Amino acid sequence: MRRRPNYLAGVAAVAWLIIVALPLYVMLSATVQSKGDYAKGSPLSWPEHFTFENYSGAFDEGFGQFFVNTLIVTVAVVGIVVVLVPPLAYAVVRSRSRVASGVFRLFLLGLAIPAQAVIVPMFYLISEAGLYDNLIGVILPTAAFCLPISTLILSGAMRDIGHELFEAMAVDGASPRRMFLQLVLPLSKGGISTIVVFSALQAWNGFLFPLVLTQSDSTKVITLGLYNFQTEHGINVPGTLAAVFMSMVPILLVYLFARRALVQGLMGVGGK
Amino acid sequence: MTTQLTRAAAPVKSSGRKSGRARGAQSADVGRPGFAWAVPATIFFVLFAILPLLAVAALSFMSWGGIGDPEWVGLDNWNRVFDDPVMIKSIWLTLLLTVLGVVLQTPLSILIGVWAAGTQRNRAVISAVYFVPLLLSSTAVSVLWRALLDPNFGIPSEATWLFGDGNLFGKQTTAIGVLAFVSTWQFTPLHSLIYQGAARAIPQVLYQAAEIDGAGRVRQFFHITLPQLRNSIITSMILMVVGGLTTFETVLILTQGGPGTDTTISAYYMYQKAFKSFDFGAGAVIALLLVVAATIISLIVVRLSGYDKMRSTMEGVS
Repeated sequence: MRRRPNYLAGVAAVAWLIIVALPLYVMLSATVQSKGDYAKGSPLSWPEHFTFENYSGAFDEGFGQFFVNTLIVTVAVVGIVVVLVPPLAYAVVRSRSRVASGVFRLFLLGLAIPAQAVIVPMFYLISEAGLYDNLIGVILPTAAFCLPISTLILSGAMRDIGHELFEAMAVDGASPRRMFLQLVLPLSKGGISTIVVFSALQAWNGFLFPLVLTQSDSTKVITLGLYNFQTEHGINVPGTLAAVFMSMVPILLVYLFARRALVQGLMGVGGK
Repeated sequence: MTTQLTRAAAPVKSSGRKSGRARGAQSADVGRPGFAWAVPATIFFVLFAILPLLAVAALSFMSWGGIGDPEWVGLDNWNRVFDDPVMIKSIWLTLLLTVLGVVLQTPLSILIGVWAAGTQRNRAVISAVYFVPLLLSSTAVSVLWRALLDPNFGIPSEATWLFGDGNLFGKQTTAIGVLAFVSTWQFTPLHSLIYQGAARAIPQVLYQAAEIDGAGRVRQFFHITLPQLRNSIITSMILMVVGGLTTFETVLILTQGGPGTDTTISAYYMYQKAFKSFDFGAGAVIALLLVVAATIISLIVVRLSGYDKMRSTMEGVS
């Protein structure tokens, strides 16, 4: 139907492409230059002598350990979300109990709570529980803050399951548990992969909880490592940028191979 | 959200008999899960999100320095926070940055989102690049821009005709400009994504009808596209406002609230009060103010727009 090209939007789109891509190019090109070369040339110039010393330098600063810590947090958060949310969403969608709809309202309310709002008492509660500077202390609140959106996404997916399928199983005398395992779970795979990607992204990129609830190198996650690296070696621009790029690699890989689930997970961030 | 609520609540009202375990498919109560299925997640959520939220309210009336037990001090923290000129300044700065965010990001992301909604192959490829900033943590984005804008080795030192002495972090106006720009760089993709989805959902019939009536592209945009995007504009604005009020990493990493306290916005000031000056009571007051402000502004936007009454257009939204 649309024949004439939309010039205004086209120009804006290309301009924005440059604004997005240029910093990414400067970052990549800086990470493969030595500090001296980077300081001499323009940030925009193509690297002359390639080197990987910035990456090995990041590993010397403990980034290997930070990677492992972040991976532990991410896997644990995803595990908690995947165990807790499907039964909850199932109850929200199928239960006739007044309690279940009240619970759903509680989680909708939870959408409006920013992590910044609870960080002060969280520090108190986690310290009192003896979990300060412990990865468990980071995992628990991070997982809790993934629950509202995950519930919204998954209950939306479960609502799409045809009513007659449940009725057919009810005729066969199926228990709620059997319906959950044989009908609901297989048919909401898409929703479940969306909440997996969403919560993994939240856990991998999380900063505030680790910042306030941990302090030693042995519990440091990658975002915190990045922050410390910048504070201590900010003058070493190529080294800092190498650390930034390393923190992105896993997400970029997921983006390459599971773009659909990732984009849906991001729309989850959009509060939908 | 309202639709979700009514849909979830509807079966409760419609079921006349609770204990009707009659046989056959007629009885919809057979095989319904009880509320027990929701209990583990609810307990977990109450422990780690609701309880801390209640605790923040309690802590705002207490004095606590990080060790020992908190002591009740009544309105002391509240008085101190509102007598603090830095705090008052931080509220204005927070509002300024939030408004700047909305003003910069809304037109840009509508334009990009509507453009990306086209089905051409090159748009899909370009859109894939657009979304990269959205994948990165705020920490990575802030550290990246801090390095790129480094006064000595960064981009500004290459373009002194544009950036003056190249130190963008040294003056309040340029420092605020940097914060607004970096947020725009990071979050425009999210909002574009929202608009892209919404623009694809607009029925083509509307445009065909408009073309028959001889409406040009501009009129089509203002009379069809924009009104049809209304719900998305509201969703996206609420996200921008809540996101703006809780901006933290960007300030911590890019400006440390400086020069002086010229970019110390409320969320960052809360962090400083609580975790640098160990004045957790004052921190709790600021945290509570942020939650209340975010909730009130969201509610006002929802009410003013009549969003809560629009049900049909919500159909299909997750």
